[in-house]
Amino acid sequence: MADELLKSTNLPHDPERATLEGKNKFLGFWFFLGGETVLFASLFGTYLALKNSHLDGVPASELYGLGLVFIMTMILLTSSLTSVYAIYHMKNNDHKKMMLWLGITVLLGFSFLGLEVYEFYHYVNDYGHGFTTSAFSSAFYALVGFHGAHVAFGLGWFILLMVRNRKRGINLYNAPKFYIASLYWHFIDVVWVFIFTVVYLMGVVG
Amino acid sequence: MANQNNSTNLTEKDLFYREKKKEEMKHQIITFAMMIIFTLIAFGIVMADVSKLFTIPIIIVLAIVQVGFQFFYFMHMSNEGHSWPTTMIFSGIFAAFLTVLALTTIVWWG
Repeated sequence: MADELLKSTNLPHDPERATLEGKNKFLGFWFFLGGETVLFASLFGTYLALKNSHLDGVPASELYGLGLVFIMTMILLTSSLTSVYAIYHMKNNDHKKMMLWLGITVLLGFSFLGLEVYEFYHYVNDYGHGFTTSAFSSAFYALVGFHGAHVAFGLGWFILLMVRNRKRGINLYNAPKFYIASLYWHFIDVVWVFIFTVVYLMGVVG
Repeated sequence: MANQNNSTNLTEKDLFYREKKKEEMKHQIITFAMMIIFTLIAFGIVMADVSKLFTIPIIIVLAIVQVGFQFFYFMHMSNEGHSWPTTMIFSGIFAAFLTVLALTTIVWWG
């Protein structure tokens, strides 16, 4: 019975939560996300407390450019949708399409990361806004950089899963892994929604 | 080994779940459209350069609604079997609220 269920032609309807291991991963990961919420909150709180302490550096309202942030937001939002598609195909036991959509998600993730690297480079070189310039710049790089590190980690995670499972098909062993990686990706987008609102939009408003 | 065909003999139950997944997909596409619209509104209000007291509360509310959509539809929190995830995320949000409140008010003593 258990052997038969592990074969990819015979998947149950929620393959990510069909085994005890899958259930544990699912629960454990949501616990972790609860903790991540608080962790990001402390970075947001620090940023909000220090955002006006820019010393001789440029203030937030002169630093940010909304065009780039808008493109980054759209890219990350779309990548959240493409990972939804991947999970949809996972539940329909369509390994090929799942891999395709995960691949698109990874590409979008890389373009987001590339734009963020360009943004930081631009701030440091054209505005002299380095990590140690002021309390504001430290808080900014700590918050946005930490989010960027999450994106980089999520990309590594997706790529590892795709390489490891490229020939396996979907089974009860790897379905929870894909599902949880996509939860992580959505959570990254959740954090970004607050970053573009609280950091960039509120920074431009003043 | 690498067996990636859809099972050919679908039962009635399979078809029911397939339909249900399609329904869920529709909700997720609506969610995506709403999130794009909220983002456009938020950027639009800031570009329009209206009063700060008006802009900031609105963009924060838009962000909260957008994140709610993301949690409940993209991350499937509206599906059954998600009572613990909901508990964890809301406790996280509660602690997050207190953290931000503490850090933003403590600077007043500075």
